[in-house]
Amino acid sequence: MDAHHHAEAVRKHVWVYVAVFLALLVLTALTVTARSMNFGLALAVSVALLIATVKGSLVAGYFMHLVGEKRLVYIVLAITAIFLLALLVLPVLNLHDGLVGTGTGPWSP
Amino acid sequence: MEIPYTTEARPDTGLYNGKFGIWLFLASEVMLFGGLFSAYVFLRNGASDWHAWHEAAELNISLATFNTAVLIASSVTMVMSWASLKMNQFGRYRMYLALTVLCGLIFLVVKYFEYSAKFHHQHYPSTNTFLAIYFTMTGLHGIHVLAGMVVNTYFLGPGAKMWRTEPLRLTNRLEISGLYWHFVDLVWIFLFPVLYLL
Amino acid sequence: MTEGVSTAHHAHHELGFWRKYIFATDHKVIGIQYGLTGLFFMLFGFGLVLLMRWQLAYPEQALPLLGRLFRPDNPSLPGGIMVPEFYNSLGAMHGTIMVFLAVVPVAFAAFGNYIIPLQIGAPDMAFPRINMASYWFYFVGGVIMLGSFFLPGGAANSGWTSYPPLANIATVGQTAWILGMVALITSSLLGAVNFIATVLQLRAKGMTFMRMPVFVWAELATAFLLLLAFPPLEAAGVLQLMDRVAGTSFFMPQGLVVSGQPVQATGGGSVLLWQHLFWFLGHPEVYVLILPAMGIVAEIVANNTRKPLWGYRSIVYSILFITFMSFIVWAHHMYLTGMGTAISAFFQATTMIISIPSIVILTSLVISLWGGAIRFNTPMLFALAFLPMFGIGGLTGLPLGLSAADVHLHDTYYVIGHFHYVVAPGTIFALFAGIYYWFPKITGRKMSEFLGHLHFWPSLLFMNFVFFPMLIQGLAGVNRRLYDGGLQYAHAQDVLILNKVMSHSAFALALVQLPFIINLLWSLKFGKRVNENPWEATTLEWAAPSPPIPHGNFETIPQVYRSSYEYSVPGAPKDFTPQFQP
Repeated sequence: MDAHHHAEAVRKHVWVYVAVFLALLVLTALTVTARSMNFGLALAVSVALLIATVKGSLVAGYFMHLVGEKRLVYIVLAITAIFLLALLVLPVLNLHDGLVGTGTGPWSP
Repeated sequence: MEIPYTTEARPDTGLYNGKFGIWLFLASEVMLFGGLFSAYVFLRNGASDWHAWHEAAELNISLATFNTAVLIASSVTMVMSWASLKMNQFGRYRMYLALTVLCGLIFLVVKYFEYSAKFHHQHYPSTNTFLAIYFTMTGLHGIHVLAGMVVNTYFLGPGAKMWRTEPLRLTNRLEISGLYWHFVDLVWIFLFPVLYLL
Repeated sequence: MTEGVSTAHHAHHELGFWRKYIFATDHKVIGIQYGLTGLFFMLFGFGLVLLMRWQLAYPEQALPLLGRLFRPDNPSLPGGIMVPEFYNSLGAMHGTIMVFLAVVPVAFAAFGNYIIPLQIGAPDMAFPRINMASYWFYFVGGVIMLGSFFLPGGAANSGWTSYPPLANIATVGQTAWILGMVALITSSLLGAVNFIATVLQLRAKGMTFMRMPVFVWAELATAFLLLLAFPPLEAAGVLQLMDRVAGTSFFMPQGLVVSGQPVQATGGGSVLLWQHLFWFLGHPEVYVLILPAMGIVAEIVANNTRKPLWGYRSIVYSILFITFMSFIVWAHHMYLTGMGTAISAFFQATTMIISIPSIVILTSLVISLWGGAIRFNTPMLFALAFLPMFGIGGLTGLPLGLSAADVHLHDTYYVIGHFHYVVAPGTIFALFAGIYYWFPKITGRKMSEFLGHLHFWPSLLFMNFVFFPMLIQGLAGVNRRLYDGGLQYAHAQDVLILNKVMSHSAFALALVQLPFIINLLWSLKFGKRVNENPWEATTLEWAAPSPPIPHGNFETIPQVYRSSYEYSVPGAPKDFTPQFQP
């Protein structure tokens, strides 16, 4: 791919960046609005995290060009994602499966 | 002897060294913030009155929403700055990069006012565990914003000279700096709902 | 840039002293910097434990000779007699220094820096300046750790694991420990990024993944462990720093009472949180300590049996599997924290599973000996001793991985014996093997075989006399952190005599390191001159001159034509066919 051709492709990307920008602003407004709906905790967490994940994916996918990135980067990120999941989930599971505590937490009075 | 693939991509991986390096660095950053998010989840799950702490903290959601928009905007200008180099428009590169640094500055100034308001109301990290994790996570994120601003300011000033000698290398460097900056934005996208909204 | 190229080669010969030896960017110089600093810390950490061993064998008696240096008003050693707080400092700092400042820097950073670019046929690391920064962060971390001994209250004294709430209310040395760890974590992060990028981006033509030496695989896996397991400890360090400096209560439970006084903290935190974040690093760290050692041993076993490594692919896949599994076994360090049965069953299962690849690697190395024409030179002796020593270390770990057996063994000397068998006669023997093996590449001279044997045999003997009794004491129930070595405890009386056995063996072990130090210095100047491939080995580092060319390594970058261990190929003119031979 020669340099000129590349510059053309980048020019097309610019419109994608603007579209992603608008989408991110809309989603930000959406997540703030969702809060005023006073969902229950479980639903509120799910909605907020879902919107955040969509926003994060847009940033990673288009601004960081993860869409169409090389395989090696995917492999590194996939490994990281698995370990991140373990780090987030296993300690909490331990918290809810403790001999001294119940769901309310072992150190609450 | 020159080190291979500093600017050109290695054929079998399709990456130049710096780009692979920054992705590895970001992977480790994911685990750093992951550790803090894990702490947040753990502490919140074990706490008896998290909601009361959150209410008492009186976080300013409108300011934080504004800051979210600022950081998103800075991500767009950052990527536009890189795209301008790709399209051989050096003047626009400087403009967009300056806007990026400016957005970062606005973000930190807003953060400063948020922090002062907290201290004014006697809300300190030691007040309760919610405020503790709030200050720790936003503080660490703020340091990351500051670091990104320092790097981008360098590319605005002395770092930009490389355009005359090695334009491709400068473009690569900006891509790397941009990846870091977008990551910092991405962390905030998760911090915002987790700390302010929930 | 065009001007730069023509002068670049010329400029390399004119680097001043500071750029050449101190703020160097050449991976070989950085490797040597790491090696020498790491060996210094290893000696220092060993010195700390010798002081502890005196106290354990002769509780509250003045140190011989050294003791006279201390006045009666000395806070740590009044009149040469150790106070309990100082003993605790020694314990915490021995662990910290040996793990983070000695073994990891030597095994991962020193050997990795020097050998990896040579073995994959690269002119340098991918990011030479980041490499330099990595060393200097390590150096700063080391200085902070050493300096912390002079703070009021002494160095950190809450164990190398820094468990809160003890660490939260400890003296200021603990704050220095956290800051030092942040520097060390930064260093290892920079190193890890560099190693992974180098292995994946700078392999010479023809060096496919399945032609890479086992050592390179081991270091690559180790780099991933450091990259992804260390940051959560950094997060935990930040939280503990907040607890200590900003008065937060991340790790402070509600209503904590210390020495009859309620602790001034808001509470609401959890000590378990620290343990989770710490051991998320802590367990992968164990494999950071052992994988490079396995890599070194594999190189030396293949070379000195003069036959291909048995099960190369099995070894490689086992290394990768260990790397993956090591992230989900950490809570086997926490069975006694009141963990429920379901979650402890999960961690028991993963712990038993991770022992399988370790056994595959060890078995492959043992089978590699079968039918080989073994050369018993010094590196091979250390490598051979590694196999059963690591075997003992690994097998004694299995009871600790089972939560029922761990109830009895947890926090006893059995644990100390177990992991020291892995790290001391295991990893450190492999490091010695590596030093003897690659010394000719670094200096162009061989180390003395006579002094090498004088170093090896007594070391092997005394190592076992130091660590085997620990297993016995542990089974008798002696706790690992006792200031008096169990003197006050009825159940420890029968095994008290072992304290003297271990301590005197430890002093003797220190003595027999002298031949090694003499050998290292003497051979530098008077060792037998050898050609660039004295061991008649097959891997790429032996294609470079000894020592390799500064900034570039090879005359011309070699091309790779075959797998890494083609020894005794039928029909070949010699009993080794190097990778770079067409």
